[in-house]
Amino acid sequence: MPLLRAQGISFAYNDHRVLDGISFTLNAGEVLGLVGPNGSGKTTLIRCLDRILAPEGEIHLDGRDMLSMSRPEIARVVAYVPQNSGALSSATVFETVLMGRRPHLRWSVSEEDKQKVSDALSLLGISAFASRRIDRLSGGERQRVLVARAIAQDARILLLDEPTSALDIRNRIEVMALLFRLAGERGLAVVAAIHDLNLAARYCHRLLILKDGRVLGQGEPSSLLTPGMVRAAYGIEAAVKDEVGVPYVVPLRPSESD
Amino acid sequence: MTDTGEQEYTRLTEKRVLFIVGLILILIALAGVAVTLGSANLSVADSYVAILAGLFPDAVDLPDRMIESNAVGIVWGWRLHRVFFGIAAGFGLAIAGSVMQGVLRNPLASPFTLGIASAASCGASIAIVLGAGVFSGSLLVIGNAFLFAMLAAAAIYGMARLRGMGSEAMILAGIALMYLFSAITSLLQYLGTAAKVQEVVFWMFGSLDKSSWPKLGIVTIVIVAVIPPLLWRAWDLNALAEGDEVAASLGVPVERSMAGFMLAASLVTAVIICFTGTIGFIGLVAPHITRMVIGTDHRTLLPASGLVGAVLLLGADCLARILIPGAIIPVGIMTAFLGIPFFLYLFMRRDA
Repeated sequence: MPLLRAQGISFAYNDHRVLDGISFTLNAGEVLGLVGPNGSGKTTLIRCLDRILAPEGEIHLDGRDMLSMSRPEIARVVAYVPQNSGALSSATVFETVLMGRRPHLRWSVSEEDKQKVSDALSLLGISAFASRRIDRLSGGERQRVLVARAIAQDARILLLDEPTSALDIRNRIEVMALLFRLAGERGLAVVAAIHDLNLAARYCHRLLILKDGRVLGQGEPSSLLTPGMVRAAYGIEAAVKDEVGVPYVVPLRPSESD
Repeated sequence: MTDTGEQEYTRLTEKRVLFIVGLILILIALAGVAVTLGSANLSVADSYVAILAGLFPDAVDLPDRMIESNAVGIVWGWRLHRVFFGIAAGFGLAIAGSVMQGVLRNPLASPFTLGIASAASCGASIAIVLGAGVFSGSLLVIGNAFLFAMLAAAAIYGMARLRGMGSEAMILAGIALMYLFSAITSLLQYLGTAAKVQEVVFWMFGSLDKSSWPKLGIVTIVIVAVIPPLLWRAWDLNALAEGDEVAASLGVPVERSMAGFMLAASLVTAVIICFTGTIGFIGLVAPHITRMVIGTDHRTLLPASGLVGAVLLLGADCLARILIPGAIIPVGIMTAFLGIPFFLYLFMRRDA
């Protein structure tokens, strides 16, 4: 049984339809990359999958209908990493990651909670500034903190909205490799919206290409990413090379407008 | 290396507990001093003895001079309710302010900036100048102030709800209401007789002069009913500080809990300021002072800022009574004199 199953997900902000009949499934151990141009509905889809927005259609988490689950129940199964925005609070890094334990704790913080926070911090390599205030961090450091919080949440489904947008090239690879590894080791299902096609091709088992709120295509990167698909999705001409089994997209120029 | 964060967090937790314990001790000491203030001479030690004697008449052996001077009667009849009222009011206003700032994620949120205090003034003015109100007799002014404060809170919530509950929308609506209610109050002052206007002005200063055991009882009941659930939901406030979406993803029912928090904070504010007049400054500054010292975890921030508020208000009331012999400066004015320099001091050296 798939860990995450979405069936006919549609969503509209007032009259403006953003998602139109999105369906996919995701198994434990898989990383799904959401790609597509700006405004294609990636962020909205991720919000729907955590019921931050209430879409039409059906979402099943580990076989359970999401609509039958309470907010705290959902929070124990699904963790969400928002797009990196400016820090809102002045809590410390440790406290921010500790927030990921909120769905599991009542009021006081147990040793187990602290241990899980410490583990998440060291996984992301940010133990060294655990006591710094979150509003004093750089954008990239903060992004790692947000990922650490989702990992401390101990959820089997991880939803990440542009988790690497503020990271430099090395940090990007590290964070994506970590997500790929955790998916395998802990049997997580990971959905990540990613702008960088090549990063997505390398670290996602499957890609789902969105355009204008519809699924333009989904499948393994090596079969899905073709010059024709890149043109249809982004309106650019591109060469797609094979780098040891991983497709590598080289953008050439914008397509002639049709 | 990996457990430095844990150790630091444990240290932070200890610091927070220590801060709260320290504040309680300061408050007890301050209460003893506050009870000595007044025309009959009592030492600080005498005042504690008198307080205990009132609580346990059989257990405490009163010295003769205290029996002669009727110390127990004076303390319990005249002074103690004012001290406790100051503590309760400071505690409640500061916690209400912390909750509002937490829910709205805005450091400017307070009963003043949300228009609740000026709505209470407006309600009181209508009662004083026009004699119109829902209740009559001694409840005329109090009842009007309370109802108008709750009305303002409901109006802000309603407007924000229509526009989709943004925190900026709520603050803007609150500021707009503040001007509206102030304008109505000014109009009433313009129309009213000199005596009525003076009464309105005195009401708006905010003071503990009208405290009594029954009033203290009402305020205490509301605080005891409302504050523990707020503390119990402190994690929700922590999560809301990270943004609505993150809070929802962490399992917080966002709209329901925002509405609950705002209602609770408004109720506490309204029930206090309807008795004291506008002492709005505590609700803005006490949470900031506390946050600068012990950080943002609402599990400790709420009780600690309540205690800071109580110390500030009680301290201000003591000063207000001794600063000019024979006159009592309204405590609403004193809190500003006392709190703002301290606040600015903390603010200036925060990053030093």
